Amino acid sequence: MCTTCGCGDTELVPVELHDKILAGNDRQAAHNREHFLGHGVLALNLMGSPGAGKTAVLEATSRFAEGRLKLSAVSADLATDNDARRLEKAGIPSKAITTFQACHLDAAMVHHALDGFPWDRSDVFFIENVGNLVCPAIYDLGQAANVVALSVTEGEDKPIKYPVMFQKADLVLVTKCDLVPHLDIDLARIDDAISRVMPNPKVLRVSARTGEGLAEWFAWLEEQRRPIVQGKGAHMHGHAHSHEHTHSHEHTHADGTVHSHPHAHVHEHPHEHGEAKAEEHQHEREAGHAHDPAEKHEHRH
Amino acid sequence: MHEYSLVQAVVERIEEEVQKQRALAVHALTVSVGELGGVDPELFRTAFETFRQGTVCEKAALTVRVVPATWSCPACGKAIEKGAVLRCPACDLPAKMGEGSDGLTLDRVELEVP
Ligand SMILES: Nc1nc2c(ncn2[C@@H]2O[C@H](COP(=O)(O)OP(=O)(O)OP(=O)(O)O)[C@@H](O)[C@H]2O)c(=O)[nH]1
Ligand SMILES: [Zn+2]
Ligand SMILES: [Zn+2]
Ligand SMILES: [Zn+2]
Repeated sequence: MCTTCGCGDTELVPVELHDKILAGNDRQAAHNREHFLGHGVLALNLMGSPGAGKTAVLEATSRFAEGRLKLSAVSADLATDNDARRLEKAGIPSKAITTFQACHLDAAMVHHALDGFPWDRSDVFFIENVGNLVCPAIYDLGQAANVVALSVTEGEDKPIKYPVMFQKADLVLVTKCDLVPHLDIDLARIDDAISRVMPNPKVLRVSARTGEGLAEWFAWLEEQRRPIVQGKGAHMHGHAHSHEHTHSHEHTHADGTVHSHPHAHVHEHPHEHGEAKAEEHQHEREAGHAHDPAEKHEHRH
Repeated sequence: MHEYSLVQAVVERIEEEVQKQRALAVHALTVSVGELGGVDPELFRTAFETFRQGTVCEKAALTVRVVPATWSCPACGKAIEKGAVLRCPACDLPAKMGEGSDGLTLDRVELEVP
């Protein structure tokens, strides 16, 4: 009601929000990240055009690793589980995430895939995203780093055309390099294009067919793993036990399943469990059942 | 076409605000999209037109603010032009992205309250 005369008129009120549109996904991604770090697993978001050679790189990585690194993967596929089956065949425990019409993976889809699948016993967990050079880049999945596969057959100007994807990349794998002698392509021009969209370019040239560049790629993986393994080591030192979550109410997932976490957790930071049911948590908080992080992590040791 | 899921997230956030403020209607909303935010402003508008039917935003006017991407040297502050190598030639340092360049935010809503 109009406060000056009580005439019953309504008022127009501007409300400043400045909220991140993807805040919900970011919360879920932070939760995924805790799962990955809690298990000392290096999670990588592998993106690229359809047919860029993402699956082939993973198959080749498994061959090259010869058991020196335990790999696992989830693979986004519009309708089939072909990629996941290829990866299983290559010795990589895998699960398909069927995305149907979705053009990207989001953090909730990845979290859902973590159930009943031994990703937590691997060293490197690959998330093979939907073949698409635009949408996947803006959704954080909880990964430690982004890897973009760009095949030599795609043309030298791809990075310039898709700056969002390359700006977010931590590493670009220039794939199918065995084909270079058969193509009219200048690898230096690809590097140049990348340097105009990626401020700190890191590029490796590989071939899943010949094995070229796989040693460098393997070294990069080891380098990325180091801080994660050390983080877990430090954590295990303080908490050499595993426990079950006692706040399973905060763990109701989009599909209604409740999962407990029979693993050691990272306790140093507030454990943000806001998931798909964030509204519910919000409601709980407003109702006065505040979950202060210290209280949340009082586990019986 | 992730623009649809983004519009959905925006509408849900506004619904929350409407409840909180006990608003009767939403008159306007402003969204900021960074040039490197991975969102096509036109697709976002189209998605909004379709998606808003039957929601609190049914009659709301949408403003999409496009924020151009900027890069500069983290040491000397020199701007690095679009299309140039993203590295300061003088300081030999990787460029820093300007605020909002890859942003995706719901900035403000105009609510009708009793
Ligand atoms: N010559 C050559 N061909 C390759 C190489 N890697 C992949 N290919 C071929 O490229 C095609 C696509 O490879 P995939 O590994 O399925 O590509 P992808 O990125 O996983 O494809 P989607 O998951 O469908 O997006 C296949 O026909 C592969 O045989 C390579 O290193 N050299
Ligand atoms: Zn694939
Ligand atoms: Zn969980
Ligand atoms: Zn400088």
